[in-house]
Amino acid sequence: MLFTYLARELRSRSKQAIVIAAGLGIGIALVITVSATSAGVKAAQGQVLHSLYGVGTDITVSQTAAAGSGGPQRFSFGGTPGGGTRPTAGTHFSRNTLSPTPGSATLAVTTVTQIAKVSGVVAASGGLSLNDTSISGTFGSFGGFGGGTTSASSGTPPPVSFSSFSVVGVQPNTNDVGPLTNAEVTSGRPFTSADNTSKVAILSSSYAVQNKLTLNSTITVAGTKLSVVGIASLPSGSTTDVFLPLGEAQTLAKLPGKITTVYVSAASASDVNAVTSAIQKAFPKATLTNASTLASEVTGSITSASTLATKLGLWISVAALAVAFLVAALLMMAAVSRRVREFGTLKALGWRTRRVVGQVMGEGLVQGVVGGIIGIGLGIGAASVVSAVAPGLTATEGSPVTTGGGFTGGGGFGSGGFGGGSGFGGSTFPRRTGGFATDLPRTVLVHLTAPIQGGSLLLAIGLAIAGGLVAGAFGAWRAARLRPAAALRRVE
Amino acid sequence: MYELSDVSKNFEKSGRPVVALQNVNLTIADGEMLAIQGPTGQGKTTLLQLLGGLDQASSGVVAFDGDDLGRLGESQLADLRARAFGFVFQTFNLIPTLTALENVEVALVPLHVSGPERRRRAAAALDEVSLGDRATHLPSELSGGQQQRVAIARALVKEPKVVLADEPTGNLDEETRDDIVNLLESMSRLRGLTLVIVTHDSTVARRAPRIATIKKGRLSIREAQPSQSRR
Repeated sequence: MLFTYLARELRSRSKQAIVIAAGLGIGIALVITVSATSAGVKAAQGQVLHSLYGVGTDITVSQTAAAGSGGPQRFSFGGTPGGGTRPTAGTHFSRNTLSPTPGSATLAVTTVTQIAKVSGVVAASGGLSLNDTSISGTFGSFGGFGGGTTSASSGTPPPVSFSSFSVVGVQPNTNDVGPLTNAEVTSGRPFTSADNTSKVAILSSSYAVQNKLTLNSTITVAGTKLSVVGIASLPSGSTTDVFLPLGEAQTLAKLPGKITTVYVSAASASDVNAVTSAIQKAFPKATLTNASTLASEVTGSITSASTLATKLGLWISVAALAVAFLVAALLMMAAVSRRVREFGTLKALGWRTRRVVGQVMGEGLVQGVVGGIIGIGLGIGAASVVSAVAPGLTATEGSPVTTGGGFTGGGGFGSGGFGGGSGFGGSTFPRRTGGFATDLPRTVLVHLTAPIQGGSLLLAIGLAIAGGLVAGAFGAWRAARLRPAAALRRVE
Repeated sequence: MYELSDVSKNFEKSGRPVVALQNVNLTIADGEMLAIQGPTGQGKTTLLQLLGGLDQASSGVVAFDGDDLGRLGESQLADLRARAFGFVFQTFNLIPTLTALENVEVALVPLHVSGPERRRRAAAALDEVSLGDRATHLPSELSGGQQQRVAIARALVKEPKVVLADEPTGNLDEETRDDIVNLLESMSRLRGLTLVIVTHDSTVARRAPRIATIKKGRLSIREAQPSQSRR
């Protein structure tokens, strides 16, 4: 009887009921869409952070090089600073160096052991981020780089070859944490404990393809030939080209017992901030980076999207929901005010106030549930559209700052060359944020998806029911206040 | 059954005080038919609402079967209305979205009667008012007289002690009016119900053995001619 009454009542004013349900549905759809988009942005951020961090790494510890130090190596090709002896024209030159990534200072490898003892740390490993840089060519007739008289007379720039790739030395016996933990060795094998000082390397798959290298190929790092024992697929955004066992990397870079980064894994996600503070206290000069600090340094459209989703989206959702609730409540009140005599009659027939209120609340609830179904449908549709048409989002990690040093000319290669000690001086490099193998601000492109989560659906259902009950409560409150005699006197 | 002592009812209308009833004293016996007559706006409906526990007196006592209605709480009054009082209104007051049968069932909902039993009793009540074949019709599909018959069935289905009818023929033509009054009279006589009819129609009022007349809130009683009364 009560359900029949409820259904008939809603059917009799179906247009109004649809408006109420649709209003609630639109508000709820917005909540679902914004929630899904926000989850997508967070997932994208997570993808970026994983690519920068590595699975299992919660904190990285590094030390920023002092201004003017720790920069790239200088190249010297026989000339002396200030314009000394000129090299002979046509002389071939070639230099290869392996040095720490610009902007980062080295730490003693014992730092790893010290950090591992900090409360809350479950695993720690060291890494040595390096750049292998090669430059080669021939000197021109005027002492600069060039191809002899022909070049000089024609003014054609001399041919100079310059190449660089990133190298990271990793502790081979630490699989739980470190830059290789998020890599998948697709062919060959990972490092073993026996590899620490072996002349072996693992290449990133993209670097291997680009340089036509395969398993068992030979690669030259700092002038030393190494055997490729593995090809690893790295997550999007990773810029490491070559992984070496830490001991071998230290030997090649002439940095025995040194690392640039300590990768730390905390006992749980909730411990990360406490562990970060504890390490910072123990190593006040160190630069510590965890997910939250790294996220704050990520710039680009992904950050804009995140801000949009979390702030503007949230407020749009709240505003839409508030308007939907208000409209639903007002419409319900209007509907109840048109039924005053009806409720007065029911009270005259012996219906208690709570039964009348329950009837009105029930109508609100049904409209809320229908609104929820509409909202979930619209929300899923909108989230699918967002996933289908959303543009790729970019995230850039690291902001360029001048670190000093740089590639200097080494003191004049004649009037036609890079003279005066300037050369490539004053280059800019990214500010180090902690042990990431990078030598330029890194931009990662990720595709934004809007995954619907169970939690947001539950939230939607809850909001729908709440919206219906709020709307019903307004109407019911009005109905409950009615005195039967006054209600029956009402002329409609 | 009813014992009213010095009952007054005042209220405000558009900010001005209105005296609806003044020191009304009235006794209504079990099974009696009483007509309350008087011009519009003189307090007839107010008196009926006090009798039905729909409103409370400003002063005085309205006693029903010994209980002062003014001292009963809202839930007790609701129970009393559900069990003892059957209302019939001038404008029928049927729920427009429910069928004739469902409208009659509505009166049994607060009595917690099971669904099948509710439908059985509602159908029987409709049969008694000769509307068994219109059970599935909505009020909008029924004539005024038929709607009032449904309202009477709704009032009687719970087997009340009293039927309180407020201008039950006010919206009906003469022929239908007589049908409805006959129906109310015969049903109440058959069941031994107390019937109180508010009307401004003298033809209807004269059907009752006693007629209470209200003018400016004051009540006076006169006995109807024996030939005109039902008993």
